[in-house]
Amino acid sequence: MVMKTEPLVLNIGPAHPSTHGVFRMRATLDGEVIIDVEPIFGYLHRGIEKLAEERTYQQFIPLTDRLDYVSAMGNNMAYCMAVEKLAAIPVPERAEYIRVIMAELQRIASHLIAVGSFLNDCGAFMTPILYMVREREKIVDLFEMVSGQRLTYNYMRFGGLSQDVPDEFLPALRKFIDQMPRYLDEYDQLLKENEILLARTKGVGILSKETAINCSMTGPMLRGSGVPWDLRKADPYSVYSRFEFDIPCGARGDSYDRYRVRVEEMRQSVRIIRQAMEQLPVGPVRSKTPVMLIRPPAGEVYSHVESPKGELGFYLVSDGSIAPYRCHIRGPSFINLTALREMIVGWKVADAIVIFGSIDIVMGEVDR
Amino acid sequence: MKLDYYGLGIAKGLMVTLKHLFRRPVTVQYPEQTLNTSRRIRGNELVWNEEKCTGCSTCAKACHIGAISIVTAPNPEGDKYPVEKYEIDTGYCIMCGMCVEVCPFEALYMGAGYEKAQYRRGDLVQSKEVMKYTSEKYVSGYFYPEFAAQLPLQTLLLEKITEEE
Repeated sequence: MVMKTEPLVLNIGPAHPSTHGVFRMRATLDGEVIIDVEPIFGYLHRGIEKLAEERTYQQFIPLTDRLDYVSAMGNNMAYCMAVEKLAAIPVPERAEYIRVIMAELQRIASHLIAVGSFLNDCGAFMTPILYMVREREKIVDLFEMVSGQRLTYNYMRFGGLSQDVPDEFLPALRKFIDQMPRYLDEYDQLLKENEILLARTKGVGILSKETAINCSMTGPMLRGSGVPWDLRKADPYSVYSRFEFDIPCGARGDSYDRYRVRVEEMRQSVRIIRQAMEQLPVGPVRSKTPVMLIRPPAGEVYSHVESPKGELGFYLVSDGSIAPYRCHIRGPSFINLTALREMIVGWKVADAIVIFGSIDIVMGEVDR
Repeated sequence: MKLDYYGLGIAKGLMVTLKHLFRRPVTVQYPEQTLNTSRRIRGNELVWNEEKCTGCSTCAKACHIGAISIVTAPNPEGDKYPVEKYEIDTGYCIMCGMCVEVCPFEALYMGAGYEKAQYRRGDLVQSKEVMKYTSEKYVSGYFYPEFAAQLPLQTLLLEKITEEE
């Protein structure tokens, strides 16, 4: 006999440790199974897009750090590239290479946090994330060396970088790059074949190719579903066309594939940094641009980069004054959340946490 | 889910954790031990050079929070305004370093110190007496390579974990 039960509404979040910030899921349960889920956000809304309109182009750079605070360098780069495209500011060769090095280091750091907290959500409590945070700490040390801050770097400027890297940076970076593959092997040994992890993630939260494309997902979410789409290859910006690297893809589009894609991407980032260090030219790192005010010609521009979470785009409208008329940010975390319902419905509450962890969102970017 | 074998993957993972038992800890007991920060640290103990400052307010214009307030007196003779009030509210300051970057007279520096916690919000406002530049003060090398050379080299975690080689 089948007993008829009332659906139960369960709020997961906003102050739940595995919602990665202040995110709330209103899940409707039938017994243990989720039959409907509604994401609710806005708890961290700071109005960054509006703040951009009240600040000069230059003054908005430190605020881009606060979008996706796990990958601040990537945000800096995306915004600076948008303004450079708008105002046609040239960027010296050395600056481009250092930007690529920084963006790739940031990708490793962001994926370390993503993978670590995903494993944390799966129940591998604290051990893997502490190993990964230890490696991230080394990257953060390098960023502190070049920019002076550990989280909000504010390092890139229109037409290059704020300062050149110090002399002690490149030897330290080489040491890190030599160490990193060994640590990645260690993470694989730790959890790649762990039966409990396989049982919890394989086949859980399958996102089909079609749904992923229809939801305009980008980044590791899309690649985990088997679509080899990476802006670094599809629309090469900066100097990415000069490097050799692969696009790791998953096969089934489940949580495990997304985790693997992130780990493999870290290896590819190490490859890119190694090539960039070999090709690094000498020269200036900043073209002649005004330090304080720039007045780009009236017009609009959209510029995108492959941030660790997906396509991060800045859409700027200029009216020829010192501040943007409109600034819209296409945050990958926000758009990747749109497939949450498709993935979660039909799974149990414990799986919902795993699936949500595999999306890898940062609330600073979702709410802006 | 069906698996070919059970337990081997867990045993492999436990080998890694076992290996970590014999690694040296890298934890630092903070108030007693401190690490050297970056030479370009953007610390909140900002330093202001009264001799060099002309009161042009470029720093206040560059600050997007409006944390710098500056009042100058008129000066009909020279090209330098006497600064009557110079305050930075570090409660609002986000340590972006833009004021230091834009200063055309090299009169404002980020501080190398970072221990400026206060019990009251009002105490976070740094007046010009607090920030005044003296030769004993530690000044950060952010945008000033000559000061950076005086600071000790940064301690890197990278160099602390070496026993595996």
